[in-house]
Amino acid sequence: MSSRLRKYRNALMLGIFTLCTLLALIPLFGVLGYVVKNGISALNLEFFTSLPQPMGVAGGGMANAIVGTLILIAIAGVLGIPTGILAAIYLTEYDRVSWLSTLVRFTTDVLTGIPSIIIGIVVYTTLVMKTGNFSAFAGGVALAIIMVPLVIRSTEEMLKLVPQTIREAGYALGIPRWRTILRIVLPTAAKGILTGAMLAVARAAGETAPLLFTALGNQYWAHSLNEPIAALPLQIYQYATSPYKDWHRQAWAGSLVLIFLVIILSFVARLAFRNRKNF
Amino acid sequence: MGQSLTIRNLNAWYGDNQTLKGINMEIPANQVTAIIGPSGCGKSTFVRCINRMHDTVPGARAAGEILLDGENIYAKDPVELRRTVGMVFQKPNPFPAMSIYDNVVAGLKLNGLRNKQKLRAAAEKSLRMAALWDEVNERLNYSGMSLSGGQQQRLCIARALAVEPSVLLMDEPASALDPIATLRIEELILELKKDYTIVIVTHNMQQAARIADSTAFFLNGELIEHGPTSEIFMNPKEKRTEDYITGRFG
Ligand SMILES: Nc1ncnc2c1ncn2[C@@H]1O[C@H](COP(=O)(O)OP(=O)(O)O)[C@@H](O)[C@H]1O
Ligand SMILES: [Mg+2]
Repeated sequence: MSSRLRKYRNALMLGIFTLCTLLALIPLFGVLGYVVKNGISALNLEFFTSLPQPMGVAGGGMANAIVGTLILIAIAGVLGIPTGILAAIYLTEYDRVSWLSTLVRFTTDVLTGIPSIIIGIVVYTTLVMKTGNFSAFAGGVALAIIMVPLVIRSTEEMLKLVPQTIREAGYALGIPRWRTILRIVLPTAAKGILTGAMLAVARAAGETAPLLFTALGNQYWAHSLNEPIAALPLQIYQYATSPYKDWHRQAWAGSLVLIFLVIILSFVARLAFRNRKNF
Repeated sequence: MGQSLTIRNLNAWYGDNQTLKGINMEIPANQVTAIIGPSGCGKSTFVRCINRMHDTVPGARAAGEILLDGENIYAKDPVELRRTVGMVFQKPNPFPAMSIYDNVVAGLKLNGLRNKQKLRAAAEKSLRMAALWDEVNERLNYSGMSLSGGQQQRLCIARALAVEPSVLLMDEPASALDPIATLRIEELILELKKDYTIVIVTHNMQQAARIADSTAFFLNGELIEHGPTSEIFMNPKEKRTEDYITGRFG
């Protein structure tokens, strides 16, 4: 084959790859641009500080939903991150091969792929029906269940990156194994683990389906974790499907805030990730 | 002070694969004993038996006796044993998330010593013994990873010394270092043998000749010959030792 032909084909393939990349980026930037364009006009101080107005009344904001989302991801984080990290420690440090870790790994993979609405239903039947009320806690549990497999997977990857010689150095100093893991191995992988956890939080922050019948939503402030609580995705859903122009605008503003929340979380996570190159 | 080691009929396996075969050996206190032999002959396995690091490898086991000043190490708690028998690895392996200072005192701190003054004193003493104090005393809170390879290895030596062992095992401690850093480690070893019993694995025969009081030649998991270093190099009793020394194989 002549080298001219080869070069020609090479250029052609490169062209196709570039085109596909651009095609993939169009919807992404389209969505971002659209949300910014529509959302920015409804963003004002009132949006961040006020409760929603009754149906049909103009004005009001999503203060309770913003705080609600923060509370929900805080509950989910407190429940899900330690659980995921400890499970990953068990899998990588104590038991890489037995039937139990095989089962946990398999379950983790399956759980990552399960549609989140199903997790919502399960929490609804087990927690909401048992306690008799929708609650912030139930919403947090649902989000935690979504986070755990993500945290397990990313933590496992990070722990595997810690060289075996680091563990051996700990043992060789007469440091017990559990303490070597907690005080030496875990800090070595800390930045990567936190990055993974942060991305899991970002993912949970945007979930709507599992909150529909757990946290439920609330037009007012929730006074305890045992009450239904507002959340940005729920509020967006409710407003966007209403017939009111003003609510549509607010739904856009809510979307913009939610996207920014997720972007900030991912950004902080990646920033931490960048200088993780310690070993 | 250093402690002596007596090895009696030591055998070691990885799974079904026998790596050490009936090793008998006397390692006197406060001497440098070099272990030489071709790659894969069991040198690392041998030293890793002495602090029972071998036992931590899944599927690995050992049988026989290793007496530390007359006491069988297999009757001791392995975690405590490792505070008496320290180890320095082939590749410098400071704890990446810790400062220079925290690296040195890691063994003390993570075994429960809290007293700041005692920790500081131990850090300075160990770093001085490892001939690193003058280079790092003004940046003890820098990351251990900020040091050069040779400095990192001396940091690892200081870290091992801080828990006050009596025996120091070194598995090719200079093989990842440049000649100047290697020389410093060798000087250090000669200095340290006043206080410690040192067992050093090396693939570098000049190194063994320079620093070791006695040298042991391993081949295929067997101890072929062990004697004063000069004798092993000038006048080996075994043909196989001679072949290896003269570079006919390995
Ligand atoms: N973790 C391990 N698992 C299985 N086999 C091993 C392991 N480590 C070493 N071996 C085997 O044991 C033998 C001796 O290895 P080693 O003690 O590391 O030799 P040396 O340090 O002299 O190069 C080699 O054949 C090696 O393949
Ligand atoms: Mg070796």
